[in-house]
Amino acid sequence: MSEMLLEVQGLRAAHGQLVAVRDLGFSIARGEVVALIGANGAGKTTLLRCLAGVHPTAAGRVTLAGQDITALLAHQRVRRGLAMVPEGRRLFDDMSVRENLRVAGDHGRAGEWTLPRVLEALPALPPIIDRPAGALSGGQRQAAAIGRALMTNPDVLLLDEVSLGLSPLAVEEVYRNLAALAGRTSLLLVEQDLSRAMAFADRVLCLREGRIVLQGPAQSLTREAVTAAYFGVEFDVEAERPMETQP
Amino acid sequence: MTEALIQGLLLGGFYAILAAGLSLMFGVMRIINLAHGDLAIVGAFGVIALTERTGLSPWLALALVLPVMALVGIALQRWLFARTLRAGILLPLLVTFGLGAVLQNTLYGAFGSEARSLGSALGDLAWASWELPGGIVVGQLPVITFVIAVAVLGALQLLLNHTRLGRAIRAAASDPEAAALCGVDAHRVHRAAAAIAVALAGLAGALLAMQATVEPYGGPTLLIQAFEAVVIGGIGSLWGTLLGGVLLGVAQSLGALWSPQGFQLAGHLLFLAVLGARLWRNHRHQLGRPALPAWRHPRAARKAVRA
Repeated sequence: MSEMLLEVQGLRAAHGQLVAVRDLGFSIARGEVVALIGANGAGKTTLLRCLAGVHPTAAGRVTLAGQDITALLAHQRVRRGLAMVPEGRRLFDDMSVRENLRVAGDHGRAGEWTLPRVLEALPALPPIIDRPAGALSGGQRQAAAIGRALMTNPDVLLLDEVSLGLSPLAVEEVYRNLAALAGRTSLLLVEQDLSRAMAFADRVLCLREGRIVLQGPAQSLTREAVTAAYFGVEFDVEAERPMETQP
Repeated sequence: MTEALIQGLLLGGFYAILAAGLSLMFGVMRIINLAHGDLAIVGAFGVIALTERTGLSPWLALALVLPVMALVGIALQRWLFARTLRAGILLPLLVTFGLGAVLQNTLYGAFGSEARSLGSALGDLAWASWELPGGIVVGQLPVITFVIAVAVLGALQLLLNHTRLGRAIRAAASDPEAAALCGVDAHRVHRAAAAIAVALAGLAGALLAMQATVEPYGGPTLLIQAFEAVVIGGIGSLWGTLLGGVLLGVAQSLGALWSPQGFQLAGHLLFLAVLGARLWRNHRHQLGRPALPAWRHPRAARKAVRA
């Protein structure tokens, strides 16, 4: 069995009175690519934000490479090797792409991902390196956001809504970039496109109402099982048929 | 008239130093520090006390007081401002208002209500001037203050654009959460920004005490002038702050030509005019209209008619 890098146990998080993530547990191996799918409001973004340390957790434990990081702040988690590409990319629009990358490089971990390495791995970046981040297209912004996260030299990279708002060509480009990382860096990505998520990931986690309702290797899950879980019909993987859901 | 314009320009340097700290603190921490003027007065009295009690030159005393002011900024950020930031926008306003009152009364208790100046400690420099062609007289101290302002703003620009700390300050000001996701420790960045802001306030206060008098309850007046310079020049731009300071200084100098009371009045009127123009522009932007009405674009209007 490969080494578990990120382990989550009994994670619980809320937005005020509304519980968004309920007693959630899973783990990710080193170099593994996991797709997190689920309908809007399933708790995917909240889960990623909890893991990154920018949303408070009500209960549970998160360990990274065996070390408990539950109480660490976001910037401290980055220095332990956990980075996130947030929804909406959240680039520093008044700064150039180079400055965006350098901020992350200045404050992240030392490692193989230096500025020349990142520019080599993400071919979209060199032509726009000195342009203000606020002037980039959607695909360029996503590439810059991925590059910025890589500059922190993460062991685990969380990517929220990878293809949201991108043209099909831009999505292809982003996934080509991510494919170059797979195997070296563990990826946990939120993706609305089920086909793409299942084709790209090693494993799929399906979230509904803050709970994992289906998980397994992407190759062994049928599209019907995933669709059923996604829309609210829990699926018995062993029996290969939908289960009755609890009200 | 020309002399008034030059005096106003030089006065703008002082306002720029005073306003830069206020602007930095608002830009990075989103705190409107109502005690900023009082901190400037604290810096001034610090230099005055050190000069009077040790006989040091005011410039040397200033060099010693500035690091202490920076430490005061760090302490205030760590134990006061950071705690208020978690409670929304109102609490920092109330707390900094209260801090201003505490500083004023502490200074009053320590130094009395008498107005003080560093003029006598400066010797001839306090009165020295250059005579320009046309009989225009320019004080050396205002020129030195303006040069210091340009040097300080230039140094700040270099710090913000070309250093690790500067990039972190700009990132945290732009998007604190995204900065944290890049590994930036927002608390450290905020402490650094507060140190710079309070040191700048101290510098402005000391420069004021060299050219005029300061008194314990003078902080709110300085705060208003700093606030006006920031609004006129635009928040978030260092050179805009200098421009705002210069425009404010020029308006005040021209107003003083008209009447002694016109000095303050002209500055306030310029501030209100700029504020009104900004509100008008934002209102038109929200309505999806261009910043200026069509009658201000005669060429564009003619094109539209032809079309």
